[in-house]
Amino acid sequence: MRSDVRDYTLTAPGSLNAVLSALAANPRLTPVAGGTELMVALGVGRLGPHELISLHRLKELRFIEEHSGILTLGAGTTFTDIRRNATIAREFPLLVQTAAWTGSIANQNRGTLGGNIANASPAADSPPALLVYDATIELVSANGRRTLPYGEFHLGYKKTVLLPGELIYAVRLPCRFAKHRQYVRKVGTRNAQAISKIALAATALMDGATVREIRLAGASLVDRPARLHATEAVVLGKAITPELRTLAAAALASEIKPIDDIRSTAKYRMAVACNLLDEFLLSL
Amino acid sequence: MAPKEPIVGAPALRYEGEAKVLGRAKYIDDLHFPQMIHGATVRSKFPRGRITAIRYGEGVPWDEFTIVTWRDIPGENTIVHLLKDHPCLVEEIVNHPEEPIVLLAHPDKALLRKAVDAVTIEYEPLPAVFTIEESEAPDAPVIWNSEAGDSPNVFKTYLMEKGNVDDVWASADYIIEGEYSTGAQEQLYIENNGVIAEYTEESVTVWGSMQCPYYLHHALQLAFALPEEKCRVIQVETGGAFGGKEDYPSVIGCHAALLAMKSGRPVKMVYDRLEDMAATTKRHPSRTRHRTAVSKDGRLLGGEIEFAIDGGAYVTLSPVVLSRGTIHAAGPYNWPNLRIRAKAVATNCPPHGAFRGFGAPQSIFGLERHMDLIAKTVGITPEELRRRNFLQPGGSTATGQLIKDPIDLNGMLTRALEESGYHAKRAEFTKTNPTSPIKRGIGFATFMHGAGFTGSGERRLNSLVAIEIDDEGSPEILVSSTEFGQGTNTILCQVAAQTLHIPYKNVRIAQPDTHRVPNSGPTVASRTAMIVGKLVEDASHNLLTCMRASGLLEETYTPEQFCHAALAYKQKHGELRATARYQAPGDIFWDDDKYRGDAYPAYAWAVYVAEVEVDTRTYMAEVKNFWALQEVGKVLNPVLAKGQVEGGVAQGIGYAIYEKCVWKDGVMANNQMTNYIMPTSADLPPIHVLFEEVPSIHGPFGAKGIGELPMDGPAPAILNAIEEATGVCFNHCPLLPEDIFDKLANPTSISADSSQLQPAVAGPVFSGTTS
Repeated sequence: MRSDVRDYTLTAPGSLNAVLSALAANPRLTPVAGGTELMVALGVGRLGPHELISLHRLKELRFIEEHSGILTLGAGTTFTDIRRNATIAREFPLLVQTAAWTGSIANQNRGTLGGNIANASPAADSPPALLVYDATIELVSANGRRTLPYGEFHLGYKKTVLLPGELIYAVRLPCRFAKHRQYVRKVGTRNAQAISKIALAATALMDGATVREIRLAGASLVDRPARLHATEAVVLGKAITPELRTLAAAALASEIKPIDDIRSTAKYRMAVACNLLDEFLLSL
Repeated sequence: MAPKEPIVGAPALRYEGEAKVLGRAKYIDDLHFPQMIHGATVRSKFPRGRITAIRYGEGVPWDEFTIVTWRDIPGENTIVHLLKDHPCLVEEIVNHPEEPIVLLAHPDKALLRKAVDAVTIEYEPLPAVFTIEESEAPDAPVIWNSEAGDSPNVFKTYLMEKGNVDDVWASADYIIEGEYSTGAQEQLYIENNGVIAEYTEESVTVWGSMQCPYYLHHALQLAFALPEEKCRVIQVETGGAFGGKEDYPSVIGCHAALLAMKSGRPVKMVYDRLEDMAATTKRHPSRTRHRTAVSKDGRLLGGEIEFAIDGGAYVTLSPVVLSRGTIHAAGPYNWPNLRIRAKAVATNCPPHGAFRGFGAPQSIFGLERHMDLIAKTVGITPEELRRRNFLQPGGSTATGQLIKDPIDLNGMLTRALEESGYHAKRAEFTKTNPTSPIKRGIGFATFMHGAGFTGSGERRLNSLVAIEIDDEGSPEILVSSTEFGQGTNTILCQVAAQTLHIPYKNVRIAQPDTHRVPNSGPTVASRTAMIVGKLVEDASHNLLTCMRASGLLEETYTPEQFCHAALAYKQKHGELRATARYQAPGDIFWDDDKYRGDAYPAYAWAVYVAEVEVDTRTYMAEVKNFWALQEVGKVLNPVLAKGQVEGGVAQGIGYAIYEKCVWKDGVMANNQMTNYIMPTSADLPPIHVLFEEVPSIHGPFGAKGIGELPMDGPAPAILNAIEEATGVCFNHCPLLPEDIFDKLANPTSISADSSQLQPAVAGPVFSGTTS
């Protein structure tokens, strides 16, 4: 432990309303859900925020419910909750897969979907799955609630639309992907307990040989979790031919901006992203 | 009478296993002494320079802290290994990042951390080198120089010659060259380095997680200028070591003891993972160059091998790592003519040190990759090339050692290839690979590993063991050989039990404490089972002789009769104790100057086969199946032996394709388990462990060494399999997906490398990569 815990304060008001009031009163408070990201920073002495407020075990945030074709996951849903839910397994298998890839079993027991989204790592496992399932996200603060497409939530590297005092309340997924071809592949540094070098998620609805609908999203391809709109546009409404695959790869290469870092290289990430896209297109 | 079932060769339960499983085992961080405070280290953040100022920043109550610098060292400012160039604390010149400069102690651990961060050190920078190539460059700055070294920046060189290699080149059908390199590797024991030290009445005691209590005992005598009886070292339960706790405990042990002396209180120092990975020793990076003369029927006519390792900033153990690497560079083959030039060079990285295999995995990697290149060039299979060149009984090794044991490498190769389905798989993969995005391959490596200290090392160690009867009439083994997960306690008790004809559970083994146990040598070099085990067997015989001579014990007896006789002897004579001291076998000779003779009393021999898949979409290689066949003499405990091999293979797989130390000006940049990638169980294949047992006269009940062997073979076997799968040759480990991508996705870089040429294209005289 490289931090002195006496330098930190943690309050746990115990209800969502109390948390929102506290956040409204003190904008310096940093919300903590499962703490799986924060504890790592604390351990190595790099945790910047010193005033923390706990969302752990807030019942109002931990739920999974389905109403008229919309599945709603509370922000406090853990990855273990996701892995164990029969509706998610049936309707959103990619989300189950990415939850299983997230950290270790212990991380999955503590870590929450909302925390993972708010942490806003471009390498996070679940956001690409949420993006290709056309998720919307609901935010809550003392001033009220607002809902927006999840694709508009991330603004840049570790930047989101969240305002001071605002929390993620829930993520909503339309249950209409049963007939879509679905794909996700993570290329990590190893097969378990790994951070993505890159990942690609995709859903597509075929009409004969023609691509009627397509959604693509990746991890560590740009500075944030993001849809790959230019590549989607090339493929939409077309049949998969060798020429189209080449055009799609070119579009992908033009819209992603992978980087060199301690885990991999930009050129490797670029090449593998194109290979994964091709693997998906070939499967259609 | 003796127990009916043999104890040696049976899976006796791990001696300390119950305490470990139930959480009763006490590791260093579980121990708390009255008045104990905590110690920490202020380290250089700079590779090389002269210290111009040390400032203690504001906001820290410095008067509450114990502060130690080199001026507080009562004896010599050195951590003694082979030389004394390694300072305990920096005086003026910093030679590597993370070098210890100031020590701090305080009761409050969290405050200690802030104090470390509040010390700033100013330097006048000096030029530095970080790789073998930079260190040996003609215009390289001289960063290390000593009368003991062979030339500037060179810690040690060896020249090993057999026959006359200069005469073979003209008549060779093929001359094949290759260069191979390996990276550093972190031991990654579960428990980080840690000690507690106490200094009272001019004597010093250190408890710690370690392999070699007598190494630290020696280091303390010099640093504190105390006689040996005033220094005491006690090993506590140790959570893994792999060589990483061979020499490093001398550093942290002396540091804690200095703080204890100055503060007058017991001081605990336990590194966290970041500090342990950044500051302590790792496997030496290496480079091996081969130039080999081969006949057209695939016989090795002669070879030149240049072997270089990066020793880091101080000599530490590099000369002996180099020695083992040099001797193993020739492998289990018959070389009529051979010249090996080896050197350990200085760089401004933290000193590299012992790690399972100790130089051998590095040079064996080079040789076993090169053997596959030779086979490809000559146009025969890797299997056939080895069969034509294997050492045979009656033949002689590269050092001129006569092979007396009835080894059968051809038979072992046949068995390993059969068990792994090698031939069928090769045929299948050749058929399926062209149309599959996943390329499969199978490859192997054949190798040997010498047990015990090299050359005259065991003679110099002069190891002593004792067995003493305790108050309940049970024999207790007294050795400095330590348990750190590999099974020392268990196998030594098995050997004593079987020799004494009493049940395994009746035998005790003492906690290694230099005030109590004799020096049976360090727990390194695959020597414990063979050398120390033999001494335990001898001491057990001596104990029986003593009891029988007294008339208290009949020729045959029950365990109860043994116990009664032992207690009766003890009552009469005050104590019952037998010892055994190492005696060099009469027919073992070694010439240190010429590096000729019997390098090791015995060798373990092995054939390892790896089956891999390379996904051409992600460029990831995975080991899908693994067969490890070895001849290690008598297997003392099949469960522990299998565990040793499985663990070594897993570590070898990490070495081959996962574990990369990312260096930035001598600093390990990925000193966290998130970014230093060791394989998990999800990355490891089934590991089939197979033994052959040819008893050796040098070990107890015929046992030889086993600990290091499994580290030697996986990396070359895996890279040989990857070449089989992809058709592309890779000569560096660790081999990461990014490296595979660089060659597979960039064909021009492949054709530029002559190792890819086919023999028909290359012509009869084949010269590979030139300088």
